[in-house]
Parts: sequence; structure tokens; C-alpha cells
Amino acid sequence: MPITSRGMTWLGLSACAVIGAVGCAPQQPRNVPGAAYSGAKLNLGTTPSASDMSGYFSYPADGRGLPPGSGTYSAGEKVYQAKCLACHGDKLQGTKLGDRLIGGRGTLVNNNPAKPPAKTIESYWPYATTIFDYVKRAMPFNAPGSLKDDEVYAVIAYILGKANVIGKTEVINAKTLPEVKMPNRDGFTSHDPRPDVRSAD
Amino acid sequence: MKQQSKHSQYDDKLRQKIDAMVEAERRQKAGDGSTVPARMQGRRRFLAAAAATGGAGGMLPRIVHAKAPAGAVERNVPADPTKEQGVPTGDDGGYGSRSQFEAETRWRFDTATKESSWTMTPLEQSRGIITPSGLHFERHHGGIAVIDPARHTLVVHGMVEQPKKYSVADIRRFPSISRTMFIECSGNGLTEWSKPTLKTVQGTHGLTSTSEWTGVPLGLMLKEVGLKPGAKWVLAEGADAAVMTRSIPLDKCLDDALIAYGQNGEAIRPEQGYPMRLVLPGWEGNTHIKWLRRLEVSDVPFQTREETSKYTDLMADGTARQFTFVMEAKSVITFPSGEMKLPGPGFYEITGLAWSGRGRITRLEVSTDGGKNWADAHLQTPVLPICHTRFRFPWLWDGTPAVLQSRATDETGYVQPTIKQLVDVRGLNGPLGSIYHLNGIHSWAIATDGSVTNAHHF
Repeated sequence: MPITSRGMTWLGLSACAVIGAVGCAPQQPRNVPGAAYSGAKLNLGTTPSASDMSGYFSYPADGRGLPPGSGTYSAGEKVYQAKCLACHGDKLQGTKLGDRLIGGRGTLVNNNPAKPPAKTIESYWPYATTIFDYVKRAMPFNAPGSLKDDEVYAVIAYILGKANVIGKTEVINAKTLPEVKMPNRDGFTSHDPRPDVRSAD
Repeated sequence: MKQQSKHSQYDDKLRQKIDAMVEAERRQKAGDGSTVPARMQGRRRFLAAAAATGGAGGMLPRIVHAKAPAGAVERNVPADPTKEQGVPTGDDGGYGSRSQFEAETRWRFDTATKESSWTMTPLEQSRGIITPSGLHFERHHGGIAVIDPARHTLVVHGMVEQPKKYSVADIRRFPSISRTMFIECSGNGLTEWSKPTLKTVQGTHGLTSTSEWTGVPLGLMLKEVGLKPGAKWVLAEGADAAVMTRSIPLDKCLDDALIAYGQNGEAIRPEQGYPMRLVLPGWEGNTHIKWLRRLEVSDVPFQTREETSKYTDLMADGTARQFTFVMEAKSVITFPSGEMKLPGPGFYEITGLAWSGRGRITRLEVSTDGGKNWADAHLQTPVLPICHTRFRFPWLWDGTPAVLQSRATDETGYVQPTIKQLVDVRGLNGPLGSIYHLNGIHSWAIATDGSVTNAHHF
């Protein structure tokens, strides 16, 4: 295609110009495929502005970047009833639509094919920061990303209070959230042991 | 299964889900159990009858008012296509469709919502190694995002020297590569851990598909933005309603990861992440973030919901494996397979697919006696790394009961294990086992009447 061919020629010249400018000798002749972009910046795209980045977030387990704000059990109860209860149930027990959120401790050690484990926030999730990240980005299901940061902190205080992971008077904020020790915090192994089965042959 | 209902409502939900899968599959496949899906047979009979009526009356062929299968256009079927002109050239508007006589479709699990759901590829009808784009399996957590490429951007930031925002046009100006590869959901086969559950190969194995993917090597893009010392992970984020995120080890991103915008020679389909998705060769499908909008380079994984509460493998001892990315070697016989019926003793070509996330398939063995004896099948060339590989095996059925199995070996020497071997190591934590990464040898039982059923046979 002529457009591609012209584009690569242009890139080739551009690459040489860049290499020349920084004092490096061209490493490959220009007629070798790949020469056009070996080692040289393509200089595509633009620098994102602060407003470009303003809607983006993600919070690792150490809590870096968590926003200001806070929430309590009582505030969270109101948020839960208004925004979460329809899918997750009045006792956080889950419904056809939404996962069960609490309970299930002690069900993970199990080798019974007839009895499923109850993998809930309380019994399974290793980090409380994950709740903030997930609820803020994807909940409630019918209006994802609509909760204010205070509402997210509050509903976490409510869920973790109901789960007896924290007391009902504790305040959840950017400082306290990463400090919450989830019951299954040490339940994960992150080195993949596979292949874990060797052929009998 | 009565016993389970005594447990919590969560357990009920799980049971309902399995029941719903079984029911959805039953509805899809309802019919007479022959090698041709009942729906298609019905159509053929109907169309033949309609054509015969038209021909017998000596009139112009009648328009058949039956609804065309998805992806097809209903055309008048003449009694003799040599005696009249066919459909005008270009009548399809410039984008072709499949034959109205072909009716296989993806089927959707009967999940509670249609937004968080999945569909499976009809492998029993597959030919060769490529999955048609319209039959590629789907897994969505917040529906299929509708994205105008003119407004879509990909930002790359975090521990980089020069953060960047790329338009779709920018991405398409990057040097590109194409690779034909499978993508498999790590939940493929989750119903089959403790007992044979779904009836067809679409149900037991339909969460794997192969496409040619075209796009930008992610390593090249990361070289463009420059990595800061200490960078170890990259968070990939989608622009769907789930704003799906997974943390990917940097080494994989630099090795063979691809930002794909092309699929099978055209733009990637909306349900596959249009205008662009991440493709991580050989790794579980959930990490191939669709509708990709952001890459954040970090020193630590982000511990997202998808890599902690989901897509982790719970063992019998209560510990869970995290970041188990690679899809190990696996294979399945697609013909004959569940719900088919062999018309009688005689010659059959057993065929199926094998694949490995660690490279090329080097050997495929077939057993017709439940694993007592094995013989090498023929591998269709070219055999591509991390790609569906078609195998074929000639078989003379003597009419006695048989158990058909296939066993793949990949270039690392890894041999596909039995389901029992996997369970012996990982335990059976509930009816769905450890849910993810079931790659055990699959069995199809052939009865004396030729009927084929899903079986466990170790």
C-alpha cells in the first residue's frame, strides 16, 4: 500500500534525524524492515493533561492515592439500604443478583464436592482497599461509578462492621482503610506452582 | 443435590447457577440428538418442503418467511439453482453473511443479568482452527461497551518517564504485528470438576476461541514512554461499565503482550473490546482487558477485585493461588461429541482441538478405550504456538461401547493430566472444585446405539 510505504519512509528519515541529533550512528541500513523504528522514539501521542487523568484511579493495598473523605457504620447503613440492599439483601446475604458479602469464615478449608465454600468479603477478600476500588468503579450495578467517596467509605464501614472485622464506631478513611486486617489476609499464595501435575507415564 | 439447599443462600445461588447452565444448554440443544443440530435439521426439512412446493406448482419460487438464523439472510431457495439467476452481486450491501442453512450460535449462560454474563463457542461445528469473529466466546462484566473510536484514548502513565495519551489513530500508526492465537477463559469447564454436568462440547469447552489478532507490541509502547527503575507491574483498565482492571507483571508486557485492534482481518468486534483490547498470549482470558483505555505502571500489583475475590484458585486446605495466569495444555474431541449420535458402526474421523498457553502442541494422542491404549493423531500444519491446533484420527467403530479421550503434549514436555490428577493435587472445594484452570482429559462415552454423552472416566 502506497500510504504505508510512504509512512515508513518518513519514519525512517525521522528516526535517522533523531539518532543524528543525539550523536548516535545509525545502526541499521534504512532499507531493512524494522530499521525505521529501531531505537528511535516514534513521538506519537500527546502528554495527558491533569483533566485527562482526573477520572482515573486505582488503589493498591497500601492505600496510596486514596481520596479525602470518610464514612461510618451508621452513614453506611443508609447508603447500603438505598443503593445496595436490592441486590445484596437486607442481611448482606446475597440474592440471585448480587454476591453474598459477609459470613462464611471457616468454609474455605473443605474437600467436599457437595458443599461449596462461601467466598465473601468477610471470609475471602484479602484487602479492604479492594472494596473501595471496586465499589467506586463498578457499583451499584445499575449506576456504576455514581457513589461519592464519602459514600464508598461509609458503606465499607457498614459492611466490615456487619462482618465484625471492625467495630461499629470505627471511622473508615484513607488512613484507616489500608490498616484494616482482613480475616483472610494471609490466605493467598502468589507464586504459581504449576505445572503441579506430572504425567504418570 | 438436595443436601446443598440446607446450606446458606449463597450455596443456593451457586446451585441455581449450575441448574441454569444445564437448562440453558438443554434449551439450546433441544432435539433429536443426531450429529446435525435439531434446529438446523428442522430448517432443512422446512426449506426443502417449501422448495418442493414451489417447484411442483411450476410457479416462481416462493419467499420463505421463516426467520433466518443469526448472521444469515433469508433467501428464496429455487427448486433448481441452474435454471434462474442467483442473488444480485452486492445485494448484501458489501458485507457478506453466512448461509441461511447454518444455524450454530454462541449460547449464553442463563445468568441473573444479561450484562454480567458469558457465551460459549459452538466447537462441535468448528472446522480448522479459526473461530469466526461472530462465534468467539464472550465474557462481560458490565455489558458490551459501545465506543466511538474518535473519542477513545489510551493513557499510559505511572512509573514512566513520559506519560502519554494515544488516540486510536495514534495506536494504528505504531509498528504492528499479527499473531494467530487462542484466548481461553480460565473458567472454561468449571462445571466439570466433580462430575459430568453439561452435555455438549460447547458447554464443557466453549470458552476458548482462536483469532488472528493484529496490533501494537506493548513492549514497544512501554519503550516509547520509558520505564522508571522499580517498575514491576502494569494495571490494565477497560472502558466498560465494570471498568475492568487486572494487574499484569511487567515482564509479560515487555515479552509478547499486544494491544490488538484487528481481529481476523478487520477491526476487532465490539464484544471483543472495540476499538482495542489487551492480548496476553497464553494467559487466562480475564487478563486480556477489553475496551482498553488505561495502562498504569507500578511497583506493586493493585489487588483488584478480579485478581483477589475472583480468578484465584481455592485449594482444599483453604489457601488460594493468586496470579495463576498461564493456560496449561488442553485438548478436546469436537467430533464425535456430546448429544451427537453415530448412525451405526463404520468409519469416522475423530477430530478436535488442542492448545497450550506455553507454546506449540507437539503431540496429540487419542484413546477409544477410556485411556487404556493411546495412538498418535495427525496434527494439521502449520502448528502455531499458543494456538488452537486441529487434530484428526481415523477410527473404525465396531458398534461396542467406547470411551473417546484426547491427550495433548506441548513443547515444554507437559502432558495433559486427567481430571483426577488435578483433583488429587488441588482438592475438590465444592461442586465447582477450584473453579479455574481445569485442563483435564475429557471423555465422551459412545453407547451401542451410537449416542454420545459426557462422561468422567479416569
